[in-house]
Amino acid sequence: MAISFFLNDREPSVSRTPGTVLLDVLREDLGLTGTKDGCREGDCGTCLVLVGVPRPEGIVYRAVNSCLFPMGDAAGRHVVTIEGLNQAELSPVQQALVEEGAIQCGFCTPGLVVALTGFLLSGAPLSEADGVAALGGNICRCTGYAAIRRAVARLVGQFPDLGPIQGFSVPGRIEALVKHRVLPPYFLDVPARLRALPEPSAEIRSKEGDARPPVLVAGGTDLFVTQAEALREAELAFLSRREDLQGIRLENGLCRVGAATPLIEIEESPDIRRILPGLGRHFARIASLPVRNRATVAGNIVNASPAGDLSVIFLALDATVVLARERMQRIVALRDFFRGYKIIDLSPDEVIVEIRFPVPDAATRFDFEKVGRRDRLDIASASSAIRLRVLDGRIVEAHAAAGSVAPVPLYLRETSAFLRGQVVSAATAREAAAVAGREISPISDIRGSAGYKHALLPRLILAHFLTLFPERIREEDLA
Amino acid sequence: MKHDDTLLHVRGAARFVRDILLPQGTLFAVPLPSPIAHGKIGRLEAAAAAAEKGVAAVFTAADIPGQNQIGNIIQDEPLLAAGEVDYAGQPVALIVAESLGAALAARRFIELDIEELPPVFDPREAWARGEIIGVPRTFALGDVDREWPCCPVVVGGRADSGGQEHIYLETQSALAVPRDDGGVKVFSATQSPTLVQRVIARVLGLAMHEVEVDVPRLGGAFGGKEDQATAWAALAALAASRLGRPVKLVLGRQEDVRWTGKRHPYSSDYKIGLGEDGRILAYEVTFYQNAGSAADLSPAILERTLFHTTNSYFVPNVRATAASCRTNLPPYTAFRGFGAPQAMFVMEAAIAHAAGEMGVPAAEIQRRNLLRRGDELPYGMRLEADSPVRCWDELDKRHDFASLRARAASFNRDHALTKKGLAVMPVCFGISFTTTFLNQAAGLVHVYTDGSVGVSTAAVEMGQGVNRKIRRVAARTLGVGLDRVRMESTNTARVANTSPTAASTGADLNGHATRLACLQILERLRQAVAAERNCPAEHIHIEGEKVLQSHESTGLTWEALVAWAYARRIPLSAYAHYATPGIHFDKSKEKGRPFAYHAVGTAVVEATVDGLRGVPRVDAVKIVHDVGRSLDPAVDLGQMEGGVVQGVGWMTSEELVYSPEGKILTDSLATYKVPDIGAAPEVTVAFLEDAPPPFGILGSKTVGEPPFMYGIGAYFAILDALRAFRPDLPPVFHAPLTAEKTFRLLRPRGPEGEGSAPRG
Repeated sequence: MAISFFLNDREPSVSRTPGTVLLDVLREDLGLTGTKDGCREGDCGTCLVLVGVPRPEGIVYRAVNSCLFPMGDAAGRHVVTIEGLNQAELSPVQQALVEEGAIQCGFCTPGLVVALTGFLLSGAPLSEADGVAALGGNICRCTGYAAIRRAVARLVGQFPDLGPIQGFSVPGRIEALVKHRVLPPYFLDVPARLRALPEPSAEIRSKEGDARPPVLVAGGTDLFVTQAEALREAELAFLSRREDLQGIRLENGLCRVGAATPLIEIEESPDIRRILPGLGRHFARIASLPVRNRATVAGNIVNASPAGDLSVIFLALDATVVLARERMQRIVALRDFFRGYKIIDLSPDEVIVEIRFPVPDAATRFDFEKVGRRDRLDIASASSAIRLRVLDGRIVEAHAAAGSVAPVPLYLRETSAFLRGQVVSAATAREAAAVAGREISPISDIRGSAGYKHALLPRLILAHFLTLFPERIREEDLA
Repeated sequence: MKHDDTLLHVRGAARFVRDILLPQGTLFAVPLPSPIAHGKIGRLEAAAAAAEKGVAAVFTAADIPGQNQIGNIIQDEPLLAAGEVDYAGQPVALIVAESLGAALAARRFIELDIEELPPVFDPREAWARGEIIGVPRTFALGDVDREWPCCPVVVGGRADSGGQEHIYLETQSALAVPRDDGGVKVFSATQSPTLVQRVIARVLGLAMHEVEVDVPRLGGAFGGKEDQATAWAALAALAASRLGRPVKLVLGRQEDVRWTGKRHPYSSDYKIGLGEDGRILAYEVTFYQNAGSAADLSPAILERTLFHTTNSYFVPNVRATAASCRTNLPPYTAFRGFGAPQAMFVMEAAIAHAAGEMGVPAAEIQRRNLLRRGDELPYGMRLEADSPVRCWDELDKRHDFASLRARAASFNRDHALTKKGLAVMPVCFGISFTTTFLNQAAGLVHVYTDGSVGVSTAAVEMGQGVNRKIRRVAARTLGVGLDRVRMESTNTARVANTSPTAASTGADLNGHATRLACLQILERLRQAVAAERNCPAEHIHIEGEKVLQSHESTGLTWEALVAWAYARRIPLSAYAHYATPGIHFDKSKEKGRPFAYHAVGTAVVEATVDGLRGVPRVDAVKIVHDVGRSLDPAVDLGQMEGGVVQGVGWMTSEELVYSPEGKILTDSLATYKVPDIGAAPEVTVAFLEDAPPPFGILGSKTVGEPPFMYGIGAYFAILDALRAFRPDLPPVFHAPLTAEKTFRLLRPRGPEGEGSAPRG
C-alpha cells in the first residue's frame, strides 16, 4: 500500500508494507545510501534519521534509528536523511566534524551529522555535555571520540542567540537554524506541505477489514530488534498516533503517564522534572537518545524482560497499570503484573493505556542504580530502584525493586517491608542490603554469574543510601 | 579539501561496497553456517531449498570448479565445508536468490545432518593433544638457564588475554559481477585485494588476470578484513561465475560477529628474574595462541608476538616459545597490533608481579630497563635511537608521575569507597611486515592533459588516512596543489600484486612508491623544459604549480606545462615500485633485521575503581609518542586517540563469551560492549619533538597500530586502584578486567570465593 509522507524535500512514492523498516526503504527503494546499516538493533546509530511530527506548536523533529522505525509510522510525517541536510556548502555541523578530524572511516559520520542536527533542533542547552549526551547512541570504532567531542565543543559555541527551549522544539528554532544554515531552507515549507498530505488513520493496516487484532507498535525499539522479519507482513497498529495514550498529567496525587508516551517526553516534562528531578539522568543510562525518542514505558513493561530498567524504576515508584479491553478497564499493581518469566497479567485483547504512580512529595526520595559491562546503554548485570519517604530521619514508606536477579523485574517485598519504620542509618542500609540478598534468585548468563549478581545487588542497595542520604551516611560507614 | 573522502562522508555521499548501485539482475547470497563446532557432514540435501520461490541456486563444495581452498599462509581452509565442519558458523552451502528475503527463507529447507565429533576450545588442551598449526617457534637471547641461579628475585605465573571482536562498522561485503569473457569483477571490502584475486582465481579455476578486484574504501577494518574478507568475496564470485549474474553478499552484524575471526586469545606462562636493583636479568615465556580451526594469519601473528616479547625493555637473557593451537572456533585473525599486544600484556604482567614481590612501584622497574640505542632485541636487531627513554622522560616532565601518584594517594585517603590508580605503559613496536617479501608496494600516477592527477596504489583506505597522506606526497613531489590530486580506488588491474594494507605500512610503502612515480614524471618534465630553455635540468623546479628556472619564474604554469609536454609526446604517466631496503630475517636462526624502524612512545593511564559497585573506569590516557616528522598531524592524532580507546576496550569492557558448545553468545552490539562516547577516556597526545628521522616516507613514522598497546596500561591502572582497596591483592592477569572481575577481586570473601580467575 502507498504510505504518504514527506522525505527530505519531496513526497516519495513508496509501496511497502507498513511493517517494513524505514532503513530498507531508504536504502533499497530510494537509493538513499547515506543512511547506513550497521547493526539493525538500534545500538550503533549509523542509520539515524530525523522524524518530524506535526504538533499544534509546530513540527517536532527527533533523531530515531531507521532500522527500528516501521514505514507505517512515517505516514503524515517528515523524514529527513543525511541527504536532506546537505546544502551547497557544508552545514556548521558538517563543518565542525570535518575541521576537528572527527571523520576516519566515515561509516558512522552521517549518523553523527543527523544526531547533532537533532540536538540543535531539540532545544537542549547548547553545552558540550548536552551535545555529547545526544551522541550516546552513536558508536564510532575509529576515533576514540576525542575528535567528536572537539567537534561538539566547536559547534555549541557558534550559536549564542539560540537559548535552551523548555519542552519541545518550536518553529522559531527551525527558522533560526535555517538562518544559521544548519537546515536547508525547504524546512520552512514543510509544515504547509505536510498539511497537504492525506490524513493518516490512527491504525494503519496492510489489509483493510482484517478481523484479527493487529500487533500494537508503540516505539518499536524492542519489537523490531527481535521480530523485524515477522512484522514486515503483519497487521500493525501504531500507538504513537493515539492521542489518548500520550502525555503526562498530575491528578489527585497521581502522576498519570499515557502508555504510548515516549521516554523523551517523560524526561522533558516540566511536571516530571519537578517531582522526579533525577529521572532524566537515569533514563540517559538506560537508553540512547534516539531510542528514548521512540521507546515507551508500556513497551518496556509488556516486554517483561527481567532486566527491564523501566519496569524496575516504575516498580519502585509503586506504579499501577491501567489495562483496557474496549470500554472495560482494570487496574493492576505493577508488582502483581509480572507473574513469571515473560508471563504477564494481560490478555490478548487487552491494552495498557496508562501507567500511574503516586506523586512523590517533598519528603520522598528516589534513586536508580545499574551495573553492566558498560556504564551506559548496556543490559544490566543487576539494577535496582528505590523510593523512600522519610520523616524526621525515619522511613515511613519504602518501595524497592531489582532487575536481572529473578525471572521477573522484581519488587523487593521483604526489603520494602523491612525498611518501613527504620531510621535512616548505615546499619539500616546494610540490613536492607542483606534482606534484598535473601529475596533474589539470579541465574548465570552472559551478563554475569549468579554469584556475582547475588553479591552485586545488595551493594546497589547500599549505593542508594549513600546517594540519597549523604548528610547521614558517609562512604566510610559502608566501606 | 576537494577530493578528500571526509567531504563525501560528511554528506553521506561516500559509497561503501554495499552502497554501490546494483547492476540489473543482481542476486543476493546467504551462506548456510554449520550449526555445531565439530562434526562429520553426513547428508547435505539442497534440492528442496533450490526449488523454493525466487531461488536461483544452492551451491555446496561439490559445485566449486577449481580448488575448494582459501588458505593463505597455509592452505588448510575450505571455502565451503566438505566432509567435516570445524567451527560453528563455518559456511557449508550458499543460497542465491532474487532477494535477501527469499534466500533467507529458502535456507531453512536445506537438510544437513552432522555427526558430532568432540570439539576443543582451549588452546592448552589443543597443545596437549598435539593440535598445532605450523611449528612452535622459539626466540632466544643470552642464556636464561644459566641466569636463573644468579637472579635474586624470580617470580612466575600465568597471564591470559581474551579475544577481541573488530566491530568495524561496515560488515563484510562483496559484489561480484561476471565479465563477458568468463572472468569476474569483484567489489570487495578487503584490505588485501590481491589475496582476494588469487583465491577467487584458485576457487574458480581461472588465471589471475581474469579476476579483477576493486576496493572503493572500507568502513573500518583494523585487521579484520586482511584475510577474512576473502571468503565472502569468493562465495559471491563463485555464484556470479556459475549463474552469469551479479551477486551481492553482505553479512549482517550478528552473522559477522558469529562467523568471522577476531583477535587471538592467548594463555601464557611467564617467569622473570631480576637483580636487587630492579634490573631484569632473565625472562622466559610460553605463549599458547588460540588459533581457531585454520591457520589464517595465525603463524604470522605468532611471529609478531615473539618479536615483541620484551616490549620496550632490554633483557639480556630471553627465551620465548610460542605455538598456534588449533581449536574448533572460527579462525582467529589479524587485529591492530597483530600479536604484539598479547606479548606486551604478559611482559607487563611479569613486571607488575615482580614489582609487587619486591615492594617497588612497577614504573621503577619499567624505567630502569627501557631499551637504549644499541641494545639488542631477542631477534638480533639493535635499537637505533634512544626514543623509549626520551618519550618516557618527556611524558614524566609534562605530567609529573610523582605528582600524579601523590594526587591519587591523597584522593584515596579521602575516599573510602572510591580509589584511583595509575600505570605507565611504554610501547616499542617494529614497523614492517615481518614476512619480508610483503614489504613492497607500487604506485601508478597519471597526469591528465588538464593538469589533474590520478593516483592508484596498493593501499586501501579504511579510515586511517592513507589516501590523505599519499595525496600529500604526490602533491608535494610534483609541486602542485592538493586539489589537483585525486586518489583512485584500489584495483588489481591498475596496481598488481599488492601486499595487504596492514602492519601500519600502508602510507610508508605506498607513499614511497607514489613518490618514485611522481619523480619519474617530474624528471621528464624538467628535462624537457631544460632542453627547451637550454639550461641544466637541475635548474628547473616546479613549486606552487609554477615552473621555476634557477628559482626565478619562467611564467609557465603547471597546466600550461602539462599541455605543452603532452603535445611534445612526453609520457605523463608513471608506475613505480618500492621495496623497503635493508630488511631481512633468517627463520632458521630467528635472527635478522626484520623492521625498517621502531615506533616508540609512553603513556600514563589513570583509572578509578568504584569500590561499592565494583565498577572500573579508565579516566585518562596521556601520551608522548614519536611520529618522526608527521605527514599529517590531524590524521596521526586521530590514529593515536582511536587506537588507545580500542586498546582500553580490549582490556576492560570487550568480553567474548561462548557457550559450552563453542557458540559465541556476545554476538551483537547489545551484548559485546565497545567503548561509547561516555566510556572513552580522555586522551592527551604529544608528539616527541626533534625525533631522529626514520626510514618512513618524508621523515614520518607510521602510527596505525602502536597506540593500541597504550591501552594495556588500563589493566594495570585498574589493578593499581584495586590495590588501594586491597594491598594483599594477588597477582591476577586475566584480561579483560570487566566489572564482574573487578567486583570479585575487590571482595575476595564473596560467594564466588577468593579472587580467583573467573569464568571465560
